[in-house]
Amino acid sequence: MCLIFFIIIYGINLKAFDTPNDDGSGITLKWQTDIQYQSFGIYRSAEPTGIFEKIGEVDGTEITFLDSNVKIGKEYFYKISAKQDTLSIFSQVIGPAKAEVQYFNTSRLPMAICIIILFAAVLGYISQARKGGKLFIRKIPALNAIEEAIGRATEMGKPVLYVPGIMDIDDPQTIASMSILSRVAEKTAEYGTPLYVPTSRSMAMTMAQQVVKESATRVGRPDWYNSDNIHYITDDQFAYVSAVDGIMVRERPATNLYLGTFYAESLILAETGHSTSAIQIAGTAMPDQLPFFVAACDYTLLGEELYAASAYLSQEPVQLGSLKGQDLGKLLFIGVILIGVLSQILSWQFFINLFNTIE
Amino acid sequence: MLITFFIPARFAQASSQTLQNWYLGVIAFFVFIGIFNLIKINVEKIQRHLRDWQYSFILLFFLGVMLGAGFIGGRDSRIFLYFFENFQVPLGATMFSLLAFFVASASFRAFRAKTPEATLLLIAAVIVMIGRIPIGYLIWHGFPDLVEWIMQVPNTAAKRGILFGIDLGLISMALRVLLGIERSYMGGGSE
Repeated sequence: MCLIFFIIIYGINLKAFDTPNDDGSGITLKWQTDIQYQSFGIYRSAEPTGIFEKIGEVDGTEITFLDSNVKIGKEYFYKISAKQDTLSIFSQVIGPAKAEVQYFNTSRLPMAICIIILFAAVLGYISQARKGGKLFIRKIPALNAIEEAIGRATEMGKPVLYVPGIMDIDDPQTIASMSILSRVAEKTAEYGTPLYVPTSRSMAMTMAQQVVKESATRVGRPDWYNSDNIHYITDDQFAYVSAVDGIMVRERPATNLYLGTFYAESLILAETGHSTSAIQIAGTAMPDQLPFFVAACDYTLLGEELYAASAYLSQEPVQLGSLKGQDLGKLLFIGVILIGVLSQILSWQFFINLFNTIE
Repeated sequence: MLITFFIPARFAQASSQTLQNWYLGVIAFFVFIGIFNLIKINVEKIQRHLRDWQYSFILLFFLGVMLGAGFIGGRDSRIFLYFFENFQVPLGATMFSLLAFFVASASFRAFRAKTPEATLLLIAAVIVMIGRIPIGYLIWHGFPDLVEWIMQVPNTAAKRGILFGIDLGLISMALRVLLGIERSYMGGGSE
């Protein structure tokens, strides 16, 4: 029969505290030991001298434990046992610790400050624009080329193909794409050029139909709108790609616009479009797909330009004001990066810690 | 949703979850709209004998077979799995495999040393391509490390720069939408 020794020592440094930035559902235990153990047993009691119930066991390499089975506001006492072969060593009893609800995630404070500054900058410039202040926005060649590309399709008597990405309308890129579609539909309706919008999500299809219909009405061409041209294909990624490729090869659109979220299908679409000699304009906020579009398309909206497109195309001062605010945000980020580099070089621990806490 | 990101308390997280659940409920309904649209477009194509109407017939036939098999036998039914594994999967893989050829043709056009920037791209691309294959290591032992440096330092730096811009653009657009300045995505005009 093996002999088990129970020794109470105070060599295990145990701490129990309310888990920070949670909804009050946890108490965190953290410990330090001088030597490596095989495992740790976690014990809990409502009284310091009461009966301790074992609530968990973790591997010897662990140094923390989250007790997520606690009641908000109730006090708990903890101890841990460190096990090595047949020997179990107990820590001293720690407590009381109680879980409390947190109403602000302090680890996200720097992020909140950045967002507030950005919001203030955007709102400030919008207000300036409303008062009639002049705003300079740099030219985005890809957006300037959209009207030219639609004009080309009109002259050739061919349709325009608009691919709004493969994600649903909960994706901000699809929302941005719909805003651009609105401007594209206005132009195509004005010129009387057919516009095909095959979608891979039914909700995106409904949204696209509404956007195109409203745009046609706005420019006084409700008769131009054909709901059959904006249709659902499939949610399946590559089945969708083959269907869109089929449209390109059969209908030979003179202009292909790929604006939205794209994954592996980006190059398949763009290369097929290139083989049909269409003028191609792409835009996505997926950094991994950008090189493919840059290589295969005539113009590409790089990342943020996709979100800026609608405001840019509208040329409305209020919308352009939001773009100025965005640029100020970029300046802020450049400043923070430079301070970050300096902090690392000069060991400004406060600044480093501020950003280390971000989750 | 934005506020709940900063509030860990249960009531905030629960309301955020509820909104997400509503969205899932709406999506489920929209599946029927998608299928209805698909049937409508293709039935019209068959009725009017438009170009390639035969493909529409095949599409509707298999849509019916898959729907029937799914409703009757569930996702694990033999017919459903047969068509999925022997039609859907290989056809999808075929489309995906086209990517390899398209990468080659796109690279051929992109890697032409017409400008100093394009030359730089060409040099970097050649180093990465050689360093990624076993023969690269045999030519020079330093190739894999050089590739790692290119991917981790200049490539990551550029990517992060783009990501910062994307996030700022997203915040700016979100604000335009929240304030109602941008309504074109709903079919409405701008402010």
